[in-house]
Amino acid sequence: MSVPDLPLVEIRGLCKSYGLRRALDAIDLDVAPGAVTAIVGPNAAGKTTLNKVLLGLVHPDRGTIRFDGEDTIGRIAHRNRIGYMPQAARFPDNFSARDVLTLLGDLRGTSRPRDETLIHALELEAFMDTPTRVLSGGQRQRLNAAAAFLFTPDLLLLDEPTAGLDPIASGIVKDRIRQIRQDGRAVVITSHLLSELEEVADTVVFLLDGRLRWTGPLATLLHTTGAPNLERAIAHVMRGDAMSAEVD
Amino acid sequence: MAAVIATVLRHEARSLRRNRGVIAFGAFQLIVTESVLRLSGSAPRALSTLLNLVLLVVPLVTIVYGVISWHASREFNELLLAQPVHRRSLFAALYLGLVLPLAAAFAAGLLTPFVLHRAVTMDVAPLLVTTLAAGVSLAFVFGGLALLVGVHVDDRLRGVAVSLAIWLGLTVAYDGLVLLVATTLSDYPLERPMLALTLFNPVDLARTMIVMRSDAAALMGYTGAVMHHFLGSSAGTVATVAGLLAWILVPAWSGRRAFERRDF
Repeated sequence: MSVPDLPLVEIRGLCKSYGLRRALDAIDLDVAPGAVTAIVGPNAAGKTTLNKVLLGLVHPDRGTIRFDGEDTIGRIAHRNRIGYMPQAARFPDNFSARDVLTLLGDLRGTSRPRDETLIHALELEAFMDTPTRVLSGGQRQRLNAAAAFLFTPDLLLLDEPTAGLDPIASGIVKDRIRQIRQDGRAVVITSHLLSELEEVADTVVFLLDGRLRWTGPLATLLHTTGAPNLERAIAHVMRGDAMSAEVD
Repeated sequence: MAAVIATVLRHEARSLRRNRGVIAFGAFQLIVTESVLRLSGSAPRALSTLLNLVLLVVPLVTIVYGVISWHASREFNELLLAQPVHRRSLFAALYLGLVLPLAAAFAAGLLTPFVLHRAVTMDVAPLLVTTLAAGVSLAFVFGGLALLVGVHVDDRLRGVAVSLAIWLGLTVAYDGLVLLVATTLSDYPLERPMLALTLFNPVDLARTMIVMRSDAAALMGYTGAVMHHFLGSSAGTVATVAGLLAWILVPAWSGRRAFERRDF
């Protein structure tokens, strides 16, 4: 486990382009342990690319990422300490929920303890042996969430975690996120639902056109902008950007 | 690497009974083999009929099923890549996880009727084994091509269209083109260029491999006949096996390189 006052993840000068489009432009960012970091921004802002670069799914053009002090680019060991919940919950048709969780566990090995809290809380036992092709979208998303939390990760990357979940399941996942923060682990959430992020986020990272426009504690963002909630605060920052652009 | 491949294959094997595509392919092969055996009356004649089916159906099923299942598993593959596994290991596991069940379904569908009819005699066994080897080799070749298409073409429909074009080109158009060249330039000594052209087509190589055993060169396409005439049995077998091996390794290797470099 990392020293509490050091960031778990340090990103410096991260750049990624797809052709002429800059998806990430010189991003510097720290992810602290024991905190929930919310990455927000409009479509094509670079949120998902940032998540995928952290996981090694996307190769950056430039920059460094350190996980617990270790360089991660081109390496895989740190992924044993990361739980990932992708936005789309799709699994092979012929696999059951149990197959999915067992396969992920086998690929990771047995070095980390299992956290089956969400399997029980989200009532996955009822369909553990059902082929995923006959599960509803909500059931698949519950499996998606359980898989991300299962291996007691030090860093959780959640991409639209409550999309497709019913209010009860959504509440259970949010409670689990708070619990993980209390345990001193780090959570990074990407979501369009700013009101939901506001419930759990400590730090806000606002991306626009691949650039980091604002980062800091949620309370500071609300105080600085004078906005009553995250949605208005982000709108305030975006309007400020637009005005600056007009002045330029 | 071996541990990742073994893990993925073990899970594929466990869930095989729910894999409808593979089961359907095995059942199709079984029904066709059984029907041909019953209708033809003799095992050698049945194998001659099955040869052309094997050369057309195995490539078609493998490349189309491979591309479709690649796109269906794209999000799950991303989840697997987020685990502590090397990309090259995962690619090898996905490749074998695609090809081995299809090859096993083909083998079971082909062999079962022959065994049940007690048709595996000393006369038939070499040709049966060669047909089996040709079909399995084509599954590996077209499985590699399927993943190569899957890695390069993001859109599923375009991927299927490209895979159908590859299948059509290698199974039908190529031999037609070779025949056209041969008839157009019939005044020139074309045997050696024809032989070289055979090596550029895995379906022709598989066909030639069987022709070597069946002495039915005249029935099995122009390039097969040329191969048989010029190389003779043992040298021809070595050349076809080497050619097929290259056809297995090059697409799989190219697919792996693209898989390692691409962004997901």
